[in-house]
Amino acid sequence: MSAALLAWLVFPTRRRPELTVSTVNNSDMILMQQLSSDFEKESGVKLNWVVLGENILRQRLTIDISTGSNTFDVITIGSYEAPLWGERGWLVPLDGLGADYDYDDIFDVIREGLSYQGRMYAAPFYGESSFTYYRKDLFLNAGLEMPLQPSYDQIRQFAQKLHDPQHGVYGLCLRGEPGWGQNMAYLSTLVNTFGGRWLDLGWKPQLTTAPWVDAISFYVDVLNHYGPPGVITDGANENRALFANGNCAQWVDATSAASYFLDPSQSRVASSTGFAKAPIARVPNGAAWVWSWGLAIPATSKRAALAKQFIKWATSRRYVTTVGERFGWLRVPPGSRKSTYEIAAYLKAAPFAPLVREAILNADYRQPSAQPVPYVGIQYVGIPEFQAIGTEVGQEISAALAGRATVQEALALAQAETERDLEGRSK
Amino acid sequence: MSGTAATRSPRFHTRSLLAPSVFALFLWMVVPLAMTLWFSGRRYNLLRPGKTVFAGWENYGSLLTHRALWVAMGNTLFLVALVLAITLVLGTLLSILLDQDFPGRQVCRLLVIAPFFVMPTVSALIWKNMLMNPVFGFFAWITRSLGIGAIEYFSRMPLFSIAIVMGWEWTPFAVLILLPALQSLNPEQVEAARLDGAGPLALFRHIQLPHLLRPMAVVAMIETIFFLSLFAEIYVTTDGGPGLASTNLAYLIFRDALLSFDVGRASAGGVIAIVLANIVGLFLMRLVGRNLEDVR
Repeated sequence: MSAALLAWLVFPTRRRPELTVSTVNNSDMILMQQLSSDFEKESGVKLNWVVLGENILRQRLTIDISTGSNTFDVITIGSYEAPLWGERGWLVPLDGLGADYDYDDIFDVIREGLSYQGRMYAAPFYGESSFTYYRKDLFLNAGLEMPLQPSYDQIRQFAQKLHDPQHGVYGLCLRGEPGWGQNMAYLSTLVNTFGGRWLDLGWKPQLTTAPWVDAISFYVDVLNHYGPPGVITDGANENRALFANGNCAQWVDATSAASYFLDPSQSRVASSTGFAKAPIARVPNGAAWVWSWGLAIPATSKRAALAKQFIKWATSRRYVTTVGERFGWLRVPPGSRKSTYEIAAYLKAAPFAPLVREAILNADYRQPSAQPVPYVGIQYVGIPEFQAIGTEVGQEISAALAGRATVQEALALAQAETERDLEGRSK
Repeated sequence: MSGTAATRSPRFHTRSLLAPSVFALFLWMVVPLAMTLWFSGRRYNLLRPGKTVFAGWENYGSLLTHRALWVAMGNTLFLVALVLAITLVLGTLLSILLDQDFPGRQVCRLLVIAPFFVMPTVSALIWKNMLMNPVFGFFAWITRSLGIGAIEYFSRMPLFSIAIVMGWEWTPFAVLILLPALQSLNPEQVEAARLDGAGPLALFRHIQLPHLLRPMAVVAMIETIFFLSLFAEIYVTTDGGPGLASTNLAYLIFRDALLSFDVGRASAGGVIAIVLANIVGLFLMRLVGRNLEDVR
């Protein structure tokens, strides 16, 4: 009896293995959390979830992984982090998930975006590009027609005609909240299509060049005339809420919001939302971004094998069909697998799907600008310093948007900040 | 034997009993401080591992020569001063009102105190989204129905808007301290002043205000400590923007530490914040001290 007790104390009974999974509080990830009981039943693994907002998650993960603590077994990161962290040796390579995983089914641009030197460090959960949302009913009433490929001049004219603040309709909604993943994600595409770039081949910031001045002037001008009030605090989610509530005539942003608008339980514009390509100003290069959220395993995890099993489950073809059959095809995680775009039921439920597929396939994150650049990334610059740079530059531009500085002043300050952040980069 | 030793030097005895807790408190303070000082002298960015080398004064130099630090310092001091003014003036006036006898006084007092117990993030969210939001906020609704249009509070006047939120949160604290102080005022003194023909204004100027000076100094002291490290309200409402318009020292350190992951520079910012807090503290102590002298 006492021996048994002793044994119990010294060797506790074998518990179910556990995995700690951290993820973003996007609706697709919440759905994964709901469905994960399937995986728990199949594998006998218990999952502990840590679900956080994007910014907090990034801070938490960066500190965790850079200091080598092993809090998490599975983490959710994007195409900005995956190659950088893979290069540092902070992540477990994910190229051994088995033949049945069907790597070739993943969009090349998405898989390569999550890879470093040909090895995939995060498995894509969903992918997105950016395009234009518009209100078909408003366009029809005003006798306007949105072309499949609008130009920014046209977007501006439409905004002018449709701007009707008395009735709570604003001509154009765009991200105003400062942050490298907020206003700077959108603005990088705008600068690209105005023909600009973040850095020249000598890593010198280009923020005071003509394309930047033109792009930011356009942005400030069009939002101040035809944007919603308080645009400066509107991030992606605020804009999505505004559009879903019928307050925006046009919105240029992530393709992943499309299914949300078509869901009548969440959106008032379910029957009137139209889609077009991301607008172009001068050159088509880098006018639309490409991004994916992927699942990765920190090198410090002691349960990498189990974690791989989970990642394989959550990013498989079967997962996509399970979601579609059980929750409806609009809720399928988009943009990661080619086969998703061959499912007839999905194409029927999601009329925007071909446009999204095309946008993802056309986004070249290696050639984001018409001019040569030393970095990869369309709506970001794939270097560690960019989080700081993007945040600071985003702040300066928001000051210009608020009318506290001219565009030239803001960009001069942003240029100085960027130079300071890049000091000591020997390349 | 030991008993006689204790009676001979009781001071030594009590000290040895206090020592463990004093030591613990000392460690509590000194270890983080020492670590901050240590990190502030190193080139240490979490995103560039393997490069933590001694940097000398580099972090301080990079901060002190940068506009952001000075803007942040100005904002910090401005916010402290502004919110102190709001809470002290409103707190004093409200205390005098609540000191009067009127039906429902107890309920009213309770309601006045209540905002202090709302968490800072929650009250900031309430103000940002339900009151000051230019599209669906309550204030926008009022101004729009008056035909003035909506004001974009947090982008047009970020510091004032934050100060208003802070004032709402902290005026109750001032009332909490000042009202009991007012109630402790000797009623005979008030009576005497009234008999001498003092009106309400003179009563306030010559009797109540001097009586309140000491508790007001206490309020100012405690609030300053909290306002210097103000963070949650800024984080929730403006993210320190637009530009640097509402970035204070605490937010600047946060930006360096958690957005740039520059441990070295953030630590240097922390040290500068400590220095600033001590300077402000010194001024306040002298001010409070002088006040107390005057009262005596």
